[in-house]
Amino acid sequence: MPYPTEYKYTKEHEWISVSGNIGTVGITDYAQSTLGDIVFVELPKVGDDVTGGSTFGSVESVKAVSDLYSPVSGTVTAINEELATAPDKVNENAHTAWMIKVELSDPSQFDSLLSAEQYQAFIAEETGK
Amino acid sequence: MAMTEATPRTTLGKVRAHQTQNEGLLFEKSSPGKRAYKLPPLDVPEVNPGALLGESHREDTGALPELSEIEIIRHFTRLSTWNYAIDLGMYPLGSCTMKYNPRVNEFVSRIEGLAEAHPYQPESLSQGSLAIVELLQKCLIEITGMDAITLQPAAGAHGEFTGILLVRAYHESKGNPRRKVLVPDSAHGTNPATAAVCGYQVQNIKSNALGMVDVDELAKVVDEDTAALMLTNPSTIGVFESEIHKIADILHAKGALLYMDGANMNALCGRARPGDFGVDVMHLNLHKTFSTPHGGGGPGSGPVACKAILEPFLPTPVLVRKGDALGWNFDRPQTVGRVRAYYGNYGMFIRALAYILANGPDGLRQTTEDAVLNANYIRKNLEDLYELPYTTASMHEVVFSDKRQAAKGIRTGDIAKRLIDYGFHPYTVSFPLIVSGALMIEPTESESREELDLFIDAMRAIAKEVEENPDLVKHAPHSTRVSRLDEVTAARKPVLRWKPQ
Repeated sequence: MPYPTEYKYTKEHEWISVSGNIGTVGITDYAQSTLGDIVFVELPKVGDDVTGGSTFGSVESVKAVSDLYSPVSGTVTAINEELATAPDKVNENAHTAWMIKVELSDPSQFDSLLSAEQYQAFIAEETGK
Repeated sequence: MAMTEATPRTTLGKVRAHQTQNEGLLFEKSSPGKRAYKLPPLDVPEVNPGALLGESHREDTGALPELSEIEIIRHFTRLSTWNYAIDLGMYPLGSCTMKYNPRVNEFVSRIEGLAEAHPYQPESLSQGSLAIVELLQKCLIEITGMDAITLQPAAGAHGEFTGILLVRAYHESKGNPRRKVLVPDSAHGTNPATAAVCGYQVQNIKSNALGMVDVDELAKVVDEDTAALMLTNPSTIGVFESEIHKIADILHAKGALLYMDGANMNALCGRARPGDFGVDVMHLNLHKTFSTPHGGGGPGSGPVACKAILEPFLPTPVLVRKGDALGWNFDRPQTVGRVRAYYGNYGMFIRALAYILANGPDGLRQTTEDAVLNANYIRKNLEDLYELPYTTASMHEVVFSDKRQAAKGIRTGDIAKRLIDYGFHPYTVSFPLIVSGALMIEPTESESREELDLFIDAMRAIAKEVEENPDLVKHAPHSTRVSRLDEVTAARKPVLRWKPQ
């Protein structure tokens, strides 16, 4: 699956797209394929504060439970309620199955994240391919 | 996949098709009025329960299954045959130390005076039971090289929790509980969970190319805000942290403590003492290292041993000498409090002590050496077929990866399921997380050379099958009552209770 060039990425395998001062966050296709079938997504509440580089929730697959790391700092303005009953949406299309929307407290954080090209180089290095 | 004459039964060694039949639930077998017993006629005046109990009287007794005695006996006996057990064969689950549970342990724990003892008995009538606690404590303190111990925790994770509570109480007594606990990326998942539950931030430490803690990296992250490092030694890839003393020095220089997860103590017992290489607090798993039942036969037991600096904080009560007699001391102002009802899983103390006394110091040492020898025997006999991600010397367990088999589309989970067809319990799959597609194998000292050879034959045969007939492995197991279960639907749409049609 292609990695949208308008998104930015983290080494913890999250993506973020920004429109105005609202960032939309999800996990990458590489993350979902490594995790396998996702059975539960635990998300924060609207109004919670998240910190760049810190956990904001977790995702559970039949293999493991993994933390979700926020690419940026800010306040949660929306969560994807659909994932509570249909976590498999993340497996179907990780790059559209967003998890949280965040009002950025420091928009400059967005610029320091990985580009699509840098992220793909990073996972190529991780997997040794 | 339909199994046809292609199934190479001749290569299956000791396995044969499962002989048990399907078994319904007791609820489904029930028919009204069936009884397992018949009561004699009432020989006391009948009373009206409704009148006596008022609103508490329940007319509807619920839908309880009704069966005859033989139906119940058969039901549970059949279910028991579906299980795999250490008494049936090798149980090579890495990180779990599934060793044999000697029958002498069971014999001793059933001696009437011990089996029938009650925790509410007065101390004066419990001196024998308390003497067992005292002697076990002394043995475990000697084995670990520590100064004090509590036997209360019910298992390993509970021991970790208790240990980190001691760490927190210690730092609090110095005026600052500190904020973070360091955990290597090879750790058991319970380590970061323990730190988080005890109110600490968890910081991950990356392993170096040898699979050990990177000491230079560690030195950079340990600061005055570090409460402790939680370290498993040998690590989860079965490698001894040879620089453990340097790790301890780095922590101690900043006032931080070293917690050791004792899950892999079966590689050290009688050979090296954590207290001597700088550990401040650790837990033991009596159900791993000291041969008490592990798994369904439990319960577990996770004693926590510590250095003298942590002794004031140990859970209450603490066993003390009161003149000539033994008794419990509850007057411990700095204690973290009780962590378990009564005194812990006492039945396991008897079994563990029986094991220690039956082996003696030389026996325990040989046990450790045999466990390490067995793991290395397996390593040597499989390393030409399975990828060894870390070539550092193995201790009591060996970790391979499925790298070569993955090229054929076969992953560690597939190999594990095929192993079931060969009559073995699977090894630990996909752990530790730092190895992609891990096969983690811990034979323990319990296995004979003959059993190890059967296991090695099975693993070698599977590696060959992966090359020649990968589909056979991909769809294993073939000899069980049910084959691959739908794990995804089970997790997404779990059926948690039986409901009438």
